[in-house]
This record gives sequence, structure tokens and C-alpha cells, in this order.
Amino acid sequence: MPARASLWSTLTDPLVHQNPVTLQILGICSALAVTTSVATALTMSAALTAVLVMSAGLISLIRHHIPGSIRLIVQIVIVASLVIVIDQILQAYLFEISQKLSVFVSLITTNCLVLGRTESFSRHNPPGRSMVDALGNGLGYSLVLVVIGSVRELFGAGSLLGLQVFQTVDQGGWFTPLSLMLLAPSAFFLLGGLVWILRTLLPDQTETLELLSPDKPEDLS
Amino acid sequence: MADMNPITVWRKLLALPNESRTKTLVMAFLVSAICALGVSGATVILRPIQAANRAAEQQARLEGLIAGIPGMSELLAAEGGSLSTVVVDLTEAKAATEVTPATLSVALEDNANWTGLSEGQDIAGLGQRPDYAQVYFLRGADGEISLALLPISGAGYVGPIDAILALRADMNTIAGLAVLGQSETPGLGGRIEEPAWLSQWRGKEIADASGAVRFAVAKGRASSEFEVDGITGATRTSSAVTRIMRFWLGPDGYGPLIDAIQRGEF
Repeated sequence: MPARASLWSTLTDPLVHQNPVTLQILGICSALAVTTSVATALTMSAALTAVLVMSAGLISLIRHHIPGSIRLIVQIVIVASLVIVIDQILQAYLFEISQKLSVFVSLITTNCLVLGRTESFSRHNPPGRSMVDALGNGLGYSLVLVVIGSVRELFGAGSLLGLQVFQTVDQGGWFTPLSLMLLAPSAFFLLGGLVWILRTLLPDQTETLELLSPDKPEDLS
Repeated sequence: MADMNPITVWRKLLALPNESRTKTLVMAFLVSAICALGVSGATVILRPIQAANRAAEQQARLEGLIAGIPGMSELLAAEGGSLSTVVVDLTEAKAATEVTPATLSVALEDNANWTGLSEGQDIAGLGQRPDYAQVYFLRGADGEISLALLPISGAGYVGPIDAILALRADMNTIAGLAVLGQSETPGLGGRIEEPAWLSQWRGKEIADASGAVRFAVAKGRASSEFEVDGITGATRTSSAVTRIMRFWLGPDGYGPLIDAIQRGEF
């Protein structure tokens, strides 16, 4: 059954091999900003995945009738509306976490990951496949966020999901929290390290050089 | 000539080439209309829940304010200690007779219950002041007021600042301040919310022996018992807080009420 196999790979490819964050370096603004704790990373992941899947489904449904001249703005309007709805839902039912996420939920609108998937995939594929692809990408994004969020929360506060793993010095334990982990630069280091590890393990993810080094001028021909 | 049956019109529209101007316009309109409906629907349906969340958050901050003042939780827990909600008439400086906490929001919808402020009076940038305000009194076992919580508000640098000021029994010593709402620049003026800054308000005094309101947010370090430290980089937010405090503690704010409490009328 080739169709099912390809549907399965549509879902699983973006988890590691085609991961939107580590391979395509999309959507990293929010990945850096909301990963100070696992709880915020999970909420943000869920919000982004929901927006991604719904926008992929909607845009795929009307894909034959989106005029080419206004296709980007049509996609953005749909994405933005979904984001506002999700933001309102978060403010109603997950008030505390929505306060912590502040503007980053609204910024899903401008997350390149969402527009990237709708523009490159949903416009050319039926709704079912588009939503599976969107779900895969959403989960790939979530995976990276949760990994970085776990490391930052574990070493920055000694806890995971709010449960104390290491007893910090303040609480009479031995662990001195690394405050750097709670600051934005640490997310850069961690994400960079993650990309490095992935590309060392999977050499085919390494990009071909776009620019040649100047000491090989003969190759410029 | 033209067939006006909606189904036929719809089919014809869908059959139009995507590049046609009509279809482009109709699609743009339809997408925006449907999205607008969705967004407005979600906002309207979820608003009551969000308002309840915000009210719960304000309640939590109010309780946090009381819990942060030494001795107050014990007083509240002790027998006879109670937190009472009172609507006061600011002009008459006494408890309002017709308005209760339950009917306050209805009363404030009536313009007759607001007092316009002249430019000289309106140092907090309010425009007009409500005649009724809901305040909270914490009474000890003997029934004497040991803490008064007074809501204050005014224009900050970016947006309105809402806070609750806690005054000790002498009505001249500040017991604490809780900021309920603000939209100042994050990291600068937004730091008025930080516990570290708010904690130094405790024990400051409002007025000197002559009764003149002296309280201010200092430019830089506080140099007297009437000042709290200013926030670096947030001069305009700091001076807005000073002006809000001066207004609400002055004759157009709670001034008369404070005098009445000091006379023992409550």
C-alpha cells in the first residue's frame, strides 16, 4: 500500500529528517523565546500545531479557488484569524500560561513555519495529506521546543514541568541553578548545538555551500 | 438574461478562472468576511470567561498585598478580624448609602455619578473622577480599622495604571502597593510591577506634620521617608506614579476620606 506508507512518511519525516526548526531553521524566534520552561514550550507547541493543522486544512480545501495574485494575503488572513481565536481560547482557559506567553501566541501569525507549509504544501495537496503534513511539522517543531525547554528548565531552575528534580542551593540542596539557561542567549547556544549534533549524525542534512571560499578562485567559472 | 438563482451564480463563480478580477474580489471578500465572523464570535463568546479570569487575578493580587504586609494575615485569621468592602462617597467622605458593591458598576454607568476635573485638578490624567469608590477595610478584633485598601488609577506613560494602596491605621503610613494593571514599557516602566520595587513602599509616609502630601517617587535614590527609589530609564512612569499618588491622596481623591477616618468617623 504505497499511499499509506507515504502518508506515514509525510507524518514522520518532519520529526527528525525534515525537521522544520533544525533543518529548515524556520520558526526559531518563538522557539528561542518560549522555551524557559517545559510548560510554556508545550503550550506554545500545542497552539502552533493547532493553528498549523487547521490553516493547512482550510487552505487546502479552497486551494483550487485562491486567486494567484492575492494568495499570500488570503493565507495570512486565515492564519491570523486562527491565531486570534487560539489566543482568545488560551486567555479564557489557560490564563496563567497565556500571560507568560504574552505576545508570542499572536506572533504565530508571522511564524515562517506556518506560511511555509501552507504555501509549499497545502496549496498543492488534498486536505487530508496537508493536515497530516502540518501535524508532522507541528510535532517536529514541538519536539525541538520540548527538548530545548527541558534542558533550560532542568539546568536553569532544577525542575521539570514545575517538579523539582535537583534540590537547589536555596532549598538546601546541592544544585546551583545556571541563570544563563533562563536568558535568551542560552536558547541560541542549545539550538545551535542541537543543529550541530543532528548534522554530524545525519551528514545529508548539511547544506551545500552557497558561496565558495575566496581561496579557490578557479572554481568560480 | 442573468440567472439569479444563488446556486447557479455560485457554480458560475467557482467555474471562473482564478485570475479573473470578479473572482479575486469575491474570494477576498468571502475570506475576510468568514474570518471576521470567526474572530468576533470567539471574542464575544469567550469574553465573560476572560473577564472572570482577570477579576480572579486582581483578587489574588489583593490577597497577595495583604499577605505581604507583616502581621496582616494573622489579624485576618484572628477571631473578629475581617475584611469588609465599603463603597464610599468621595465628595461627602462617608460610606455611600444608596450604592452597594453590587450596584456600584451600574451606578458608575450614570454620568451624574462622575465629577469632571479641571486641568489644574486633573494631575493624574483621569479626565473625570467617579463619585463612588469601592474600598476595603481590615478591622481588628476591637472593630478599629487597622488597614485601608484604596484603589487608585491614572494615566501612565503608555496606558492606564491601576493599583491598590494599603494604608496603616494612622492613615499616613503606607503598608504596601499592589499594581493591578499597567501597560508600561516592559523592562523599564513595566518594572513598577516588580516585588523588589514595590517592597520599598512599606513604611513610607504620605504627609508631613502640617498635613501637606509629600509622597513622591524620587529621581534616583530615595532621600527621605516620603520617597521611594525612582526606576532608572522610566522617568515618565515614575513621575506618573507620583502624580497618581498626589491626586488620590489629595483633596479631589481620598483626602477627605482619610481625614474622616483619622477623626474616627468610620
